Amino acid sequence: MAYFSQQLINAITLGAIYGLIAIGYTMVYGIIGMINFAHGEVFMIGAFISLIGFMICAGLGISSAPVAILLVLLTAMAFTAVYGWTIERTAYRPLRGSFKLAPLISAIGMSILLQNYVQLAQGARPKPAASVVQGGYTLFSADGFDVRVTWLQIIIVVVTVALMAGFSWLIAKTPLGRQQRACEQDMKMASLLGVDVDRTISLTFVMGAALAAVAGMMFMMYYGVVDFFIGFLAGIKAFTAAVLGGIGSLPGAMLGGLLIGLIEVFWAGYFTSEYKDVAVFAILVLVLIFRPTGLLGKPEIEKV
Amino acid sequence: MAGRLPALLKDAALTALVAAALGLFIVGFKTRDIGQGLFFDYQLVDLAIAVAVIFFGRLGLQFASMGLKWPSFALGTVLGAVGVSPIQMPSTFLHWFVVIAGVLIILRTIWPWANTAIATVRHSERGKAFGRRGAKWFGAVLLVAAVAMPFAPFADQKTMDLAVLILTYVMLGWGLNIVVGLAGLLDLGYVAFYAVGAYAYALLSTQYGLGFWAVLPLAGMFAASFGLLLGFPVLRLRGDYLAIVTMGFGEIIRLVLLNWVDLSNGPAGIGGIPGPTFFGAVFAETAPTGRQTFAEMMNIPFSSNQRLIYLYYIILLLALITNFFTQRIRRLPVGRAWEALREDETACKALGINPTNTKLTAFAVGAMFAGFAGSFFAAKQRFISPESFSFIESAIILSIVVLGGMGSQIGVVLAAVLLIGLPEWFRDLGAYRMIVFGLAMVLIMAFRPRGLIAHREPSVRLHPVRAGP
Repeated sequence: MAYFSQQLINAITLGAIYGLIAIGYTMVYGIIGMINFAHGEVFMIGAFISLIGFMICAGLGISSAPVAILLVLLTAMAFTAVYGWTIERTAYRPLRGSFKLAPLISAIGMSILLQNYVQLAQGARPKPAASVVQGGYTLFSADGFDVRVTWLQIIIVVVTVALMAGFSWLIAKTPLGRQQRACEQDMKMASLLGVDVDRTISLTFVMGAALAAVAGMMFMMYYGVVDFFIGFLAGIKAFTAAVLGGIGSLPGAMLGGLLIGLIEVFWAGYFTSEYKDVAVFAILVLVLIFRPTGLLGKPEIEKV
Repeated sequence: MAGRLPALLKDAALTALVAAALGLFIVGFKTRDIGQGLFFDYQLVDLAIAVAVIFFGRLGLQFASMGLKWPSFALGTVLGAVGVSPIQMPSTFLHWFVVIAGVLIILRTIWPWANTAIATVRHSERGKAFGRRGAKWFGAVLLVAAVAMPFAPFADQKTMDLAVLILTYVMLGWGLNIVVGLAGLLDLGYVAFYAVGAYAYALLSTQYGLGFWAVLPLAGMFAASFGLLLGFPVLRLRGDYLAIVTMGFGEIIRLVLLNWVDLSNGPAGIGGIPGPTFFGAVFAETAPTGRQTFAEMMNIPFSSNQRLIYLYYIILLLALITNFFTQRIRRLPVGRAWEALREDETACKALGINPTNTKLTAFAVGAMFAGFAGSFFAAKQRFISPESFSFIESAIILSIVVLGGMGSQIGVVLAAVLLIGLPEWFRDLGAYRMIVFGLAMVLIMAFRPRGLIAHREPSVRLHPVRAGP
């Protein structure tokens, strides 16, 4: 029971991170119907920017952890958002109206480009990060096993929940969210009614990238190490989460992220950790084959 | 011009600002691990120079696109001169960066002029005749050159090694071209079939003592059946989902190879794989008992190059078989069905083509050729490990196909030489190789989505082309 509870806590933390990345996939898919393959790389860049941000904070003598976290969070979100904007502008926008697979190929190219750009600029070796938040709280002890929840885990879950709530509000209630949903439903009609489609799509990428940056920062703090390759696996897992929850659906992405976190942690905890990535890939394949609309997604009607 | 200058300057400044924001953390602060934690190597000067170059580069490109020839030409020349001049810059990369920016501006300036010139030549009668003859003879000339290459005076060990490598990628490119170019299925896990072929040969030869030529068809069959097995459930999916699922399969196979130590020896890989034999003769200085060496068989002195030349001809033959097969099958009903399916799946269904079966054949045929190439790879390397079969490998093969122009056979050759040959030849470029791959994929999609060789004859014409009305 104690072991189970501990795994559950770890799984929820991991699921929160995946959920944040998955939102980026699901939003972009919802609005322009493409898989933003480079999104995992955006997450990786977010992790690197926060690593460097924390180092700069330490160099400037900002010793208070909450201030540093808030500063780095905002910086990472802002600067990673520039990446999201640039990617859309350079790699995807010129391809609208091209043949069907063109954006995906371009996205794969973008992903390779970004990965190797970071490898070249920052070196290939994993970067250990100094931990910012230490300590935790022991919930209860059973069978000689302490169930602990660290402050960091609490921060991750709280920030994620707050961001997701804010984000849902943004989509549901603000003019921006309304424009975004309008573009999702019918881009041509939306543009006829005066919605600036290009701007809305750009903003979608910017928001997705900002959320990925938060995920990157959480990942960096949680695991304490980043390298240029983390985006690949995390990206695929988050994409699996988006597909599992139903691509195009925001609550689906959060639910999917949570489920993927649960599956990965419990698989590693109760079976073998070697095959945990295989389990995630297998789920991706199975969901796509048997229920391509996911758990909360709407079936897609193919128009000819 | 004077009136538009402020707008241009503003645009260039914005571009530079974005570039600065992109580079500030990732480029400006290089983290370095020196044992007790991370430290910074500040590269802010590099960043500032790069941003300045981007500012002037953008300005020059804008000039050029507005037809202001002289300002853009001057700007390009100045940048190029600064790049090659001995001015002290923090890194050689920056020198290259400046030079490339200058060259780009100059190219962009003369592009409209060059484009019209090319178009005029191409549409003139002589140009057309030359183009037709060129297309006919280019392949033949290339083929003769490829056959004669091992006897050329420059064919030393390094060159031959590189030639074998390029040909392996040409073959993989041609194999993937069947799946991506003809059938229009984006397969991101192609390397999985390559791995199946490689491990089939490695295991059968080291465990059961089978020879290369006996295993080659088996490896192809194994890979093809893997293609059928994996393809069957997923080929109903839409294009982009299919791509992701094939990538998932590719990774699953790699992870299984990595973790199923009893079968594949895990990350340590399989070594001591025998090379291919020539009618029973081995390529070694001394033959094992009961065998003879190639040198003894032919009564010529032994040389280590013989093995390499033999490998070269094997892969050349395999690649040519792939090409020949593709060219032929394109004219068969199934090949036509592939191309029709790529263009319009719904129409195909309406015409009674079974999309799943048709896609499945393309998938299996492509997988078969990857299996052949894989067992050749194992025989050449004599050592394989799961490391050789990562997603990056799939991406490289895909970028060769994309760059060459999906469906174009000769384009794949050019792209393989360009993408594999050049970085191997100029070793310094090695670090930038993958960046160039990625950049090439993005740029090709934006500017020439049909590939470097944009010209491709349709396989079938509804109405024969008539000579005039």
